[in-house]
Amino acid sequence: MDFKLTNELKMLQKMYRSFAENEVKPIAAEVDEEERFPKETIPKLARYGFMGIPYPKEYGGQGGTALAYAMAIEEISKVCATTGTIVAAHTSLCCNPIFDWGTEEQKRKYLPDLLSGRKLGGFGLTEPNAGSDASRQQTTAVLEGDHYVMNGSKCFITNATEADVFIVMAMTDPSKGNKGISAFIVERNFPGFSVGKHEKKMGIRGSATCDLIFEDCIIPKENLLGKEGQGFKVAMQTLDGGRVGVAAQALGIAEGALDEVVKYTGERQQFGKRLAQFQNTQFQIADMKARCDAAQLLVYRAAAAKDDHDPNLGFYSSIAKLYASETASDVTRRVVQLFGGYGYTREYPVERMMRDAKITEIYEGTSEVQRMVIAARMGVR
Amino acid sequence: MKIIVTVKQVPDTSGKVAVNPDGTLNRASMETIINPDDLNATEAALKLKDEYGCKVIAFTMGPPPAEGMLRELMAMGVDEGVLITAREFGGSDTYATSQIIAAAIDTYGVDEDDIVICGRQAIDGDTAQVGPQIAEKLHLPQVSYAGEMKKEGNTLTIKRMLEDGYMTIKVNTPCLITCIKELNEPRYISVSGAFEAYSKPLVIMDYAALKDHPLIDETTIGLKGSPTNIFKSFTPPQKGVGMMLEGAGKETTDKLADILSAKHII
Repeated sequence: MDFKLTNELKMLQKMYRSFAENEVKPIAAEVDEEERFPKETIPKLARYGFMGIPYPKEYGGQGGTALAYAMAIEEISKVCATTGTIVAAHTSLCCNPIFDWGTEEQKRKYLPDLLSGRKLGGFGLTEPNAGSDASRQQTTAVLEGDHYVMNGSKCFITNATEADVFIVMAMTDPSKGNKGISAFIVERNFPGFSVGKHEKKMGIRGSATCDLIFEDCIIPKENLLGKEGQGFKVAMQTLDGGRVGVAAQALGIAEGALDEVVKYTGERQQFGKRLAQFQNTQFQIADMKARCDAAQLLVYRAAAAKDDHDPNLGFYSSIAKLYASETASDVTRRVVQLFGGYGYTREYPVERMMRDAKITEIYEGTSEVQRMVIAARMGVR
Repeated sequence: MKIIVTVKQVPDTSGKVAVNPDGTLNRASMETIINPDDLNATEAALKLKDEYGCKVIAFTMGPPPAEGMLRELMAMGVDEGVLITAREFGGSDTYATSQIIAAAIDTYGVDEDDIVICGRQAIDGDTAQVGPQIAEKLHLPQVSYAGEMKKEGNTLTIKRMLEDGYMTIKVNTPCLITCIKELNEPRYISVSGAFEAYSKPLVIMDYAALKDHPLIDETTIGLKGSPTNIFKSFTPPQKGVGMMLEGAGKETTDKLADILSAKHII
């Protein structure tokens, strides 16, 4: 067992930090305030390889690891959870299923543009009546000759207005339940595809979260991802890996808030003392640091499990996501309290961090779903 | 064509600055960074690489941990690193350092179409002497303080930034350029670069590798061969606070003129 980062990862961590500080942080508050997708950041992320970190070079990836990817999401999310979400949804939810389930032809067609960041990806599983109970898919796809005709809608889709390629689940055989769901690679210019209502959210307000609408949407037969009926498996396996990304995002939010509170309490004076000199501040910060470090170890273990093709990936990523997201909510709430009135204003970033943290307990499997996964894996039923 | 960049690992002065009782910098207890001007030199070299596909080699003199810095430069896109390291080289001032680096560059070889690029100066010594001295010792034409640089064939057109203006100079390769931070914005390392950095070639040039070079002589290297002696280091007293005049009206300009006139500046 080795808890030390390799030289490569240390080097990357330093770069991620300086990139996040110089290129992402300066616009984070504005992106949140204006609910604006940070378009200008995408080419910069692309240039340095952020959009294809854990994929091989032969498909245009960076030849990196899941751990290097998780660390990138962590560092970006320290300063801007919106940007963390954009990269994570693209990498984990769109690129990953194509890489894991795609035919050689599909990989060659889609991955180079996605992994280089020339195109952005998204993922459509959730429907108005199929949230945590993802098996209740109502979107259908019917094979007609050389193409499928898709009808239905998806909701809460990250990157919806900006993505060029989506992985979409639809029912191809309703009589088979879960086993009647299939996965498709859908391009935004396919006839019958459109983007619907833009959600107004509590946090990660710069990420474009919208409905996807399919009205007799024509999808070439060769865009079926995996085999017919494998869609639910594609989705669940994708989410197993994707949770590492959300866990890393939650970890970053917590660490970012901790950085802010250490700085603030070191300067702010009350009762003739710096806040940092009060034992309450010291104990709270020590507790938060311990939680953040525990979350970090869980996230890194899950990422390493992905790199090692460890069969425990799903178990580890559920534990990491559950713990890191609840840490993010707890830490940001306590940090706002330590900031006092200023923490409640938009003059400081901590109220934004508190709003951003909440979603990590909800998307890509709520904390309750994670508890179900963990308990089931332990044989507690 | 190849580009050689010279780089130095320096103490990170943005963190805690540690000073020894004698007033010198306590380097051992400080974090290190790549000297900022040297990052501009590296970026200039990598831009030429992007355009011409030439090889870029980074040279540094320092203790073995300086390898970490060379690997970071490789992650930016540098193809090869040369680490000049030996106990005999320790304690060198700018004269001895440039002697050793010149010997190392000469040993590696400088061809007709090569360019050596150095940062203007290091933030620890602030002398701006090493680059020009390397050029002298290698008998290369040099242009210092490059703020803009264009290459056509084997000719470089350089805008040399001076305190009171600029000069535009044309120079043929092989040559040595020292650059200022306005020359460019250094790139970050890339993710793939980081994963490739540790498999790129690193050449170690120790005393044995350089001792037979004509520039290397026991009396001109290391502490013994350094003509500079530090007698005392001290913190200079702070200058007085400047005066700000507000407003752009006649009243303010008259006031400014009065002050300048009283000081016999105008």
